[in-house]
This record gives sequence, structure tokens and C-alpha cells, in this order.
Amino acid sequence: MIRLEKRPQPSKVWTWATPVLAVVATMIFGGLMFALLGKDPVLAIRTIFYDPLFGEFSSYSRPQLLVKAGPLILIATGLAMGFRAGIWNIGAEGQYIIGAVFAASVGLAAYPAESVLIFPAMVIAGAVGGTLWAMIPAVLRVKFGTNEILVSLMLVYVAENILAYAALGPLRNPDGMGFPGSRNLSQYPSAANLDLIPGTGMHWGVVAALIAVIFGYILLSRHILGFQIRLAGQAPRAAAFSGVNPGRLVLICMGIAGALAGLAGMFEVAGPAGRISIDFNVGYGFTAIIVAFLGRLHPVGILLAGLLMALTYIGGEVAQLTLGLPVAAIQLFQGMLLFFLLAVDVLTNYSLRWSGREVA
Amino acid sequence: MDLSAISPVLLLAALMVAATPILLAAIGELVVERAGVLNLGVEGMMITGAICGFITAVATGSPMLGFVGAALGGAALSLLFGVLTQYLLSNQVATGLALTLFGIGLASLLGQGYVGVRAPSVPKLDIPVLSDLPWLGPILFRHDIIVYLGLAIVAAVWWFLRHSRGGLVLRAVGENHEAAHALGYHVTRVRMAAIAFGGACAGLGGAYLSLVRVPQWTEGVTAGAGWIALAIVVFASWRPGRLVVGAFLFGGITVLQLNLQAARVQIPVEVLSMSPYIVTIVALVALSARKGRGSAAPGSLGQSFHAAR
Repeated sequence: MIRLEKRPQPSKVWTWATPVLAVVATMIFGGLMFALLGKDPVLAIRTIFYDPLFGEFSSYSRPQLLVKAGPLILIATGLAMGFRAGIWNIGAEGQYIIGAVFAASVGLAAYPAESVLIFPAMVIAGAVGGTLWAMIPAVLRVKFGTNEILVSLMLVYVAENILAYAALGPLRNPDGMGFPGSRNLSQYPSAANLDLIPGTGMHWGVVAALIAVIFGYILLSRHILGFQIRLAGQAPRAAAFSGVNPGRLVLICMGIAGALAGLAGMFEVAGPAGRISIDFNVGYGFTAIIVAFLGRLHPVGILLAGLLMALTYIGGEVAQLTLGLPVAAIQLFQGMLLFFLLAVDVLTNYSLRWSGREVA
Repeated sequence: MDLSAISPVLLLAALMVAATPILLAAIGELVVERAGVLNLGVEGMMITGAICGFITAVATGSPMLGFVGAALGGAALSLLFGVLTQYLLSNQVATGLALTLFGIGLASLLGQGYVGVRAPSVPKLDIPVLSDLPWLGPILFRHDIIVYLGLAIVAAVWWFLRHSRGGLVLRAVGENHEAAHALGYHVTRVRMAAIAFGGACAGLGGAYLSLVRVPQWTEGVTAGAGWIALAIVVFASWRPGRLVVGAFLFGGITVLQLNLQAARVQIPVEVLSMSPYIVTIVALVALSARKGRGSAAPGSLGQSFHAAR
């Protein structure tokens, strides 16, 4: 019989080895799944993980990597703060939507005036929108002890309805001949979030993601708040005795996560998406949960995990075009990755012992 | 606006149908949580059940076999969660979320080619005498068998938890797994059984959506029903009786808002469609505000159990 023995401390080696192991296991089982779907597994894996970077059309797909990774990293960095402290904000998708709606409203209100102040105002609006939306579950948890998991998730559905209302009502393009959706912000110079270096996919959102990673790292490893976050997650009672105010921590963690998700929505609506439409949100808020865990809730890990997850999105699109692989297969593939990661994580916290003859 | 078109009898009858999927998923999750396990993957198990049931019903032509397939599909998926959380001791919140993301992907992959397909319809029972009663007949006695199955499962769970030895063991495991272990109960085995039951119920609830309520396969057919079921378990303070109240309350809101949409009330459609979610939040807040600090949640809820000795 194999027995698990709890390690006194999580293994440093396994902490970083398990994500790699999970990726390998996902590739193997994903390959099996692709084979079941009647595709060549090796070719499929190659199309997803290799071709977008070094293949024939990589000059087109490589910039897309940053475009997709930007929002994922930005959202996941914020979520990781809360997850570390045992605060489960899983409604980042809603905060992302509201951030985008706020930012687009500011931009569209200014249309067609041109000013250097419009873009910064939109950035602030996006962050404020996301924060406000995240404050609903945060305040309810602090004031009434309401479960933040359920409230933040319910608010995603509310946000989706607000998005639909905005796209069909107040933000609808007056020159759009009745079609739903707003004006295209990426064609409005003062509001557009374009590539800083053309053709690289490097827009302001990617810059913001990098800044978030750096600040997140400093906050978690060098700042007292980061210490409190880690303490509250690992030993809530010890945290309470050492003077950590749990309510304040909830508000801060949810606020940061909401602001970053709102920013991600802002950069998306002003850049790659361009406009508010019914199908504006594509699930970045949920995929970011996978990214946060895959990156070990560590900002640098999240950076790498975000790039990897972006690769599966782009590779998935390529595989869809060239191999006819269904989009759902990629979704399943991403879910599988999180499953394997959680499964092999047992090695981080426990060591395997063979226990046979001897009686304890 | 034409409110007179809304008939209270039809409204109440529709309420029972609207409440059933939530009730099924919630009663399963209630048992899981009473065993001390927090499975946030209800949405994923429901949608997997929805497509498994749909495929089975289309393939066999029998909606009842469809429900069996849905229960098996939901249970199979839940065991994945069980193995991870019970044997590999992974974090239950994270694993539950993973189960939902995985289930949604799995369902939309399995559902390829079933969009727009018609499933065999589930017959309505026609109970002699009872269904001919004025008022009560259409409200209570002219539904399909799954509506009554849902209520029967709730009653059975209530009896099991309250009056049977097995229920006592399950509650002990949920309240204090260390003590239950010391008494010689198999904590992990009890929990695995509860998880599988929860998965099967969620699968049934999902299939009720795809086979009866909608009734067809569309991506995202569950639209958050699994999350609402989770909320209703909290709302019910982990008690089967209150669960029925919660599910009917929610079913009522859903049906009412759909009827108001159809009656073209001067309220934006979006406001009406978000109302069930807002009502759920308000109910959660009202409950947690009233309850204060003493929580009715099972003592070991969400904690991993690792038998050191």
C-alpha cells in the first residue's frame, strides 16, 4: 500500500515541478482525446504548442500571444492575492465586463472630441468599474458574512445582462444602422488602445500586466500586506492574533482583483475587441482562475502560465482552422490541465511512503 | 402590457416544473455538504448530465433511459472530483471550480452534432380523479414523473438523515471527521458515496433542463442553475425541508419573470432576466444577516481529511 505522509513544509522542488508534470500529463491525455476525435494526436499537439510560435504563420500568431496573455495575466495576478488569503473571488468575468462597460461609456461620452486625457480617464473608469463590482461581494462578506463565492459568481450573470442592455441600448452605435453593439473604440484615436510597437501585439494592457506582475511580486514577498495575505491563508487564527483585520483584507484583496479585472476589460474593449457587444466577454475571467493556480498563485508563475494558456487559445484556433478540431476540445483541454495540476499537487504537500509489513 | 394573460394556475404549475432541476441538484449537494464536502462543481455535473441524458434519450428513444444516463454521467464526473479531493487531498474549492470548467468543456464537446436535434418528449402523468380536480389538478397532479421523483428524493433524504443509522454516520463524518474516524467509520468511503449521489442528482437536474424544460440541447443550457442550487443549499441551512421552499421560491421568480417578459411589461428584458440571480443574492444576504455568527454549516465542511493514524 502506498501511504501519504504530510510534509512538515511544502516541497520547494515539487512546487515548481508539478505544473510542468501537469502540462506533460495534459499533453498525453489531451493527445488521447484528440486521437478519439479522429485527429493525429502528435500533429494536434504540435499545432497547438509549436506552430503558433515557430510554424509557417507564426508571424501572425506570435503577436496574438501577448494580446491573449495580457488580460489573463492581469486578472490572474489579482485573483491570486485573494486565493492566497482564502478569499474566493470567482466572479472576475463580471468585473471584467463592468470595467469594460464603464470605460467604454467614458470613451463614448467624449466621442468625437480628441484629447490626451480621454484614454487615462477610460483607464480610471475601467478600474473603478471593476472595483465597484468586486466591492459588492466583498462588502456583503464583511458586513453580513455572506459567501463571496456564490455572490461574485451570481454577479457574472447580472453583469452579462448589463452588457446586453448596454450593447442594445445606451451604448449602441447611433450610426450602426440598428445593429447591436457600440462604436468601434479602436478606430477613435483618443480612446484606441493600439499596439505600442506595431505588429507585436504589445498594447497598454500587456504593459499593465507586466507592471501588475512586478507590483504583485513586491507586494507578496516584501510588503507587510503580502505577509498578512499569506498568513491569513495558511493560519487564519494566527493571523487574527497577530492583529490582521480579516475584513480589511477581504476588501483589499477583492478590490485589487476587481480593479485589475476591470482594467483588463478596459484594455480589451479599447483595443482587440474594439467595441461593446453582446458577446464581448469570452471567458477570460474564468480561464484566469486556471492561470492563477497553474502559476502557483505567484506573480512570476502567473506570467508564464498566462503565456502558456494564451498559447493554447491561439494554438486551438490554428488547430480549429487546419485540423477542424472543435473549440470545445480546447476548453476541455484547459480544464484537464487544472485537474492534473490539482492531482499532482499532492506531491507538493505529501510524500509517498511504501507501508507494507511493519505495523505502526 | 397585458397582465391579465398571466394565469395564476398555469404560473403555479410552471413553478413546479421550473423548480425541479434546481431542487434535484440542490438535494444532491445537500447530502454532499452534510458529509463535509464542498463540491462547487454542481454546474459542471449538471451540464454533463444534461448532454449525457440528451444523447442517451435520442439514441434509445426513451426519455427515462435518458435520465438514467444523465445520473450515471453526473456520478462519473463527480467521482473524478472525489478521487482528487478524497484520495489526492486537493483543495475542494479549486477542484470544484475545475470540475465546472471541465464539465462545461466536456458537455459542449459531447454536444457537437446534437444542436437542433429533437429528443423524445417526456410524458405527463394523468392521475385519474386527482388531475381533474379544479385548481389543484393542473397545479399539482399533471406533471411528468421526474417532478414527483425530485420531491420523493427530498423526502427520502430527509428520512435518511434524520431517522436512519446511515444518516447518523454521514452527519458524524460531516460534523467532525476526526471523531468519526476515531469511532471507526470510513470517512473517505462515506464521502465518496455522498459525492457520487450528489453527482447523480445533479445529472438528473441537468437532464431535466435539456429533456423537459428547454427541451433541446444548447450550449450553456444550465445558465448558472448549478450555482443557484449551491446557493439554495446555504439558504436552506442544510435542511431538506427548507430546500423545497428555496427551490420553489426560485422557480417562482424564474417563471414570473418569463411571464412578465412575454406580457411585454415596461421593464427592460435584461432587468427581468437578471432578477433570479439578484433575488438569490438578496436571499443569501438576508439569511446570513439574520443568522449572525453561529453558522448552521457542517463542522468539517470543505476540509480535507487525512488519516494520520
